[in-house]
Amino acid sequence: MSEAMRAAPTKPNRGYGRWTPLWFLAPAVLTLFLIGIYPTIFALVTSFRRYNITRPREGFPFVGFENYVAVLTDSTFWSSLLLTAKFYVTVLPIQVVLGLIVALLLHKPGMGLLKSLARVTLVVPLATTYAVVGLIGRLIFNRDFGVANQFLSFAGFGPVDWLSTPGGAFAAIVIMDVWQWTPFCALIFLAGLSMVPGEIEEAARLETSSKLALLRHVQLPYLLPGLTAVMILRSADVLKLFDMVFVMTRGGPGSATDLISIYIQRVGFRIFDLGTASAQAILLLIITIVISRLYIRLLYREVQ
Amino acid sequence: MRGKILHAIGLAAIVVFTLFPFVWMVMASFKTQSDILASPPVWFFTPTLQNYVDIFADTKVSGAIVNSLIVATLSTLLSVVLGTPAAFALARYDFRGKSDLWFWFISNRMTSPIVLALPVYLLAMYANLLDTHLVLILIYLTFNIPIVVWIVTDQFKSIPPDLEQAARLDGADQFTIFRKIYLPLGAPGIAVSAIFSFIFSWNELLYALVLTRRNVQTAPVVATSFMSGYELPWGKIMATGTVIVLPVTIFALIVSRHMVRGLTMGATK
Repeated sequence: MSEAMRAAPTKPNRGYGRWTPLWFLAPAVLTLFLIGIYPTIFALVTSFRRYNITRPREGFPFVGFENYVAVLTDSTFWSSLLLTAKFYVTVLPIQVVLGLIVALLLHKPGMGLLKSLARVTLVVPLATTYAVVGLIGRLIFNRDFGVANQFLSFAGFGPVDWLSTPGGAFAAIVIMDVWQWTPFCALIFLAGLSMVPGEIEEAARLETSSKLALLRHVQLPYLLPGLTAVMILRSADVLKLFDMVFVMTRGGPGSATDLISIYIQRVGFRIFDLGTASAQAILLLIITIVISRLYIRLLYREVQ
Repeated sequence: MRGKILHAIGLAAIVVFTLFPFVWMVMASFKTQSDILASPPVWFFTPTLQNYVDIFADTKVSGAIVNSLIVATLSTLLSVVLGTPAAFALARYDFRGKSDLWFWFISNRMTSPIVLALPVYLLAMYANLLDTHLVLILIYLTFNIPIVVWIVTDQFKSIPPDLEQAARLDGADQFTIFRKIYLPLGAPGIAVSAIFSFIFSWNELLYALVLTRRNVQTAPVVATSFMSGYELPWGKIMATGTVIVLPVTIFALIVSRHMVRGLTMGATK
């Protein structure tokens, strides 16, 4: 905020009144307040109540921090947060490494037509409706007629019961997530690589024939902001992840793929314990706000 | 030479890896049920259009696509109408709390829809708005307005201030400047942001699942609803999936140059 104020020296004639910005901002801000902030406050209030809409006769009494105590001592809540963390640390390295390889292949000079084609196809997974990614996953990883098992048999392995074993289901959602989001990492890294000044890269190429040295000493500094962005955005995305997993496994078998958004959805809309679910959602929101702060702190410094 | 061949193989691998699941779905949408259930899976088959005939005859699917169109289009229009003036203010004015406003917009990009789905479900229930287009149109604004504001602010900032100065000397007020200079010159950015809004609204599942019942089910909800019962109609499911994905894929190809900007809210340029 201080920056904004410093950047606004009182010019002799700005051509607009003190309240002009407000008129332009008001429609968007008021709308977002009504549909974003007001429901959040409502959720906060609900989180301090006993609120099961299947039992309206009991009313919705305030119970203080009872819901929060229940959530924080609920081992299922913690294990689904832990599972979400495990999912994040599984998919992220794969996506970063594959994304970097893809970006380097696309950055390398030559192969114009094939390269443009590859560059364009990267957009396809990103645009594919998340729920449909789940449907495709159900088809590909079917035990009896799925193509994943056919590929395994080509490689000499026996069939895997993907979606009804805990390990198989987790692997299946990891693979679909890697498919959908590796292009995202690749495009971000590609943008980083294209920031390397041409002369420097060329000079370095003359200096050394080692691709690894080039990567480490010349390209890496330009890749780091992108890597930070990927790490933070993907963590927020994994906390949000619902559609694909819901369609593929509904969190099962057992609780093998019960990521945090799936779990809260179930508490809220299958068990209809909205008090507890709201407390969980508020805790999730707090985690998200911390992550967003981090994102802004690390990546928006120069923008404003 | 060897390097070139490896490069070509690598690029070809990217294309295959990226397109395979998509192509596999499209292939399945042209298969008969017995071809889909064949084990091991068949790669060559006589294509049939029956699945598409079936889903377009099914009023549930065609109705859902109409619902998706209504919701995505209106939510996109509203977010452009509400978001572009805000983008103008952010691009041209300095005021207290500007960076807090930014922060708020970015947080919206990060927040899990489940956080809002719970209270909005209750509020909509009390307001008798469950299973209406309106509730979906409004809730989709929570992610559409931020994306419009971000992309359009960027575009507005690139408009040279001289134009504005000249207009001001001619006695134009701020609203006229916005309407006559910024809107037309910012049109490309506005179009890109509108396409993103449409894609995000079209693809959304969680809110639609929770806030709709029979009347306003959107396309992803209906596609998902096929997934229960024993004998799954795989051909119909995959045909529906193809019909859902095709329009947004085309849109995404149009804005492919801006894809990263849309998905990161511009942290990396």
